[in-house]
Amino acid sequence: MDMPLPDQRILNARDGLIARLRGVLPADAVIADPAETRAYECDALAAYRCAPLAVVLPRTTAEVSAVLRLCSQMGVKVVPRGAGTSLAGGSFPTADCVVLGVARMNAVIETDYDNRFIRVQTGRTNLAVTGAVEADGWFYAPDPSSQLACAIAGNIAMNSGGAHCLKYGVTTNNLLGVTIVLMSGEVVEIGGPWSDAPGLDLLGVICGSEGQLGIVTEAYLRILPKPEGARPVLMGFAANEVAGACVADIIRAGLLPVAIEFMDRPCIRACEDFAKAGYPDCEALLIVEVEGSPAEIDAQLARIKDIALRHNPVAYRESGSEEESRKIWLGRKSAFGAMGNIADYMCLDGTIPVSELPYVLRRIAEMSAAVGLSVANVFHAGDGNMHPLILYNANKPGDLELCEALGADILKLCVEVGGCLTGEHGVGVEKRDLMPVQFNPADLEAQLRVKDVFDPDWLLNPAKVFPLDVTASRRAS
Amino acid sequence: MTPLVLQPQSEAELGEMIRAAEGPVSLRGGGTRGVAYGPGTVLETAGLSGISLYEPGALTLVAGAGTPLAEVEAVLSAQNQRLAFEAPDLRRALQRHGVSTLGGVVATNASGPRRVQAGAARDHLIGVRFVDGMGTVVKSGGRVMKNVTGLDLVKLMAGSHGTLGVITQVAFKLQAVPECAVTLQTQVPLSAGLALLRRALGSPFEVSGAAYGPFGAALRVEGMEASVRYRVASLKALLGGDWVETAGDALWVGVRDAQGLNDGALWRVSCKPTAAEGVVAALAGVAHQAIFDWGGGLIWIAVQGLGDAGAALIRGAVAGVGHATLMRGTGAAAFAPEAAGVAALSRALRAQFDPKGILNAGIMG
Repeated sequence: MDMPLPDQRILNARDGLIARLRGVLPADAVIADPAETRAYECDALAAYRCAPLAVVLPRTTAEVSAVLRLCSQMGVKVVPRGAGTSLAGGSFPTADCVVLGVARMNAVIETDYDNRFIRVQTGRTNLAVTGAVEADGWFYAPDPSSQLACAIAGNIAMNSGGAHCLKYGVTTNNLLGVTIVLMSGEVVEIGGPWSDAPGLDLLGVICGSEGQLGIVTEAYLRILPKPEGARPVLMGFAANEVAGACVADIIRAGLLPVAIEFMDRPCIRACEDFAKAGYPDCEALLIVEVEGSPAEIDAQLARIKDIALRHNPVAYRESGSEEESRKIWLGRKSAFGAMGNIADYMCLDGTIPVSELPYVLRRIAEMSAAVGLSVANVFHAGDGNMHPLILYNANKPGDLELCEALGADILKLCVEVGGCLTGEHGVGVEKRDLMPVQFNPADLEAQLRVKDVFDPDWLLNPAKVFPLDVTASRRAS
Repeated sequence: MTPLVLQPQSEAELGEMIRAAEGPVSLRGGGTRGVAYGPGTVLETAGLSGISLYEPGALTLVAGAGTPLAEVEAVLSAQNQRLAFEAPDLRRALQRHGVSTLGGVVATNASGPRRVQAGAARDHLIGVRFVDGMGTVVKSGGRVMKNVTGLDLVKLMAGSHGTLGVITQVAFKLQAVPECAVTLQTQVPLSAGLALLRRALGSPFEVSGAAYGPFGAALRVEGMEASVRYRVASLKALLGGDWVETAGDALWVGVRDAQGLNDGALWRVSCKPTAAEGVVAALAGVAHQAIFDWGGGLIWIAVQGLGDAGAALIRGAVAGVGHATLMRGTGAAAFAPEAAGVAALSRALRAQFDPKGILNAGIMG
């Protein structure tokens, strides 16, 4: 993967820049020692590393504004960072950039149950948002797998989803307003604790903009009353096609489970070896979770069971207790860990129309066999968001390249059948060069024009999302 | 002289018309719900009509922007599915005629009472194609449920009132029609009624409508029959008082369409639910009628007898807690003035997408 050559003028101005950053921030908020900046050399896309020029960890919106104004004046690029959990390299630095981390901005500013919102600083972790309200019976719905660690800032930047977004939507459906600092240093308030924008939906385009339009420092989030209970059911099938048909029938029937998760045989085996969750040995496994009162859950599961039995499941196991629920989710939740235990892996994130599920799974099996790499599939089946995990050996020369090429081919397949490159992880640097597969030049140009408005000098996270040749003239000017 | 009406029959033809346009172009789906018409040559999208993809098993529909909403609703209804956001029919309220189209629904980010549970048009729109002010065709999103590939121009187009481009095709995710719906009603004074609505919305019993009007306080519960029964009983126990159960959706259609607010200026106020009472209190002594939706988060207000349509009173009361749009009437700007930073960004976006400044010019301020 290519990154632009660092700007020698900026590298030469390093000492002056750091002195000026120290002039606008408290001493402990500027990190310049190479031994310490190394901690910021990558995010969760750990295959690529590059230490930044400096790291700043501001505590207030005013401090973020001061840093951006300064960097803007000096022509220094800024890479925003939430908790550094991006799988797409969204906060991957360049040698000539300042990384701006919001981790120290983690306060709850206001909680209002009557109006159903919480206002937080965006360095707060996803789970800590729910943590602030759950004792009173509320929760924040989007639940990315990394929710223990990931920050709301990154959730907003990537428009993060999660297993339960089938019912509750993704970040953009649960975001009411933001305080955003533009690269110029200007602070803009957008939206608020009401339902819609008076003018253009700027909030909608900021959410998912991968830190390229501004740095969101505070957010109004929709919170929801916690359901009375939840219960999963596990079902095994003799073929991926059958499991796929069962998913379509559940959706068609108008049932609205909060989650429908799918695992294929390689994934089931790896998870079983790793977590001993007691999964059946079969080709495909579904975990379906429903919510409500005990009686409501019974009624929904009865309906789901009727549908499942029509597809001759080889296993059907309803949770009868908290312990059984935990065990059903255990394997699924340890899927990435289980894979990491047997090999290095690359996690893809394409979305496909759910009707294409059987075809795409079959093609992935053929494509992976042809290059000699294993692929395990675990994903959110209800909305077609796939997570093929390609296993490779990082110590074997050429294996990473082989894996990346297979990954690119699988994502192209997703687009070919009517889907997209990324459903919830974002483009970052990882899928940047595949964008022309999904978008033609006019589509991309329209997106670049939006960035031109928010960041005319292209200093904010500039080498991401779009192919470098497409943005070259803008980044150079 | 009757102005020439442009009626493109294809996206390509529309692109040519916009490229060739030398003056302002006034966009129309069916002309049934826009707050205002832009100046210039009328361009109608009715020719860009037809459902190109409908997969009930994937809850997905793709159709031309000129497709009548009623046609789509009929097709979905036959499969027991629907657009969950309940686009209002504002023809009576806005004194319009014509046929509502999907493009207009998107361009105004339409939504109804179910917004408290399911969101607005923007939350169900998964893909869009449009022709920008230079005549270039652009697409964003697609036909899948989850998609974060590139900037979300889908959201930007929703509610842009035709000022960024002419929408040519839209893709929606759909919802299955639940087997049962029950409405609960009780006659209580405004303040107590709004408090009941907020309490219900703060309960785990999944209310899909929470309104107050001449009918009193009303709640809607939808879902599987056993579940609806349980939640209705739970809500009654939680809220106390005397609640009457009714079936049918007439009350919600009335709330959705602002029915009965036919005299004077008509405002649509979006605000913090707890601020709703204060907004209407600002009109003390002025003849007015109001319907509260979204637990107070939306207020439709008809105001009679004020030269500025009540703008000073309403916009003064809602400052800092929401905003007010003048849907019908004169004497004030339709859209609330925006803060300087937001206005500058919006202006710059319009200049990027419509550098000639010809698309529904000036209607959003």
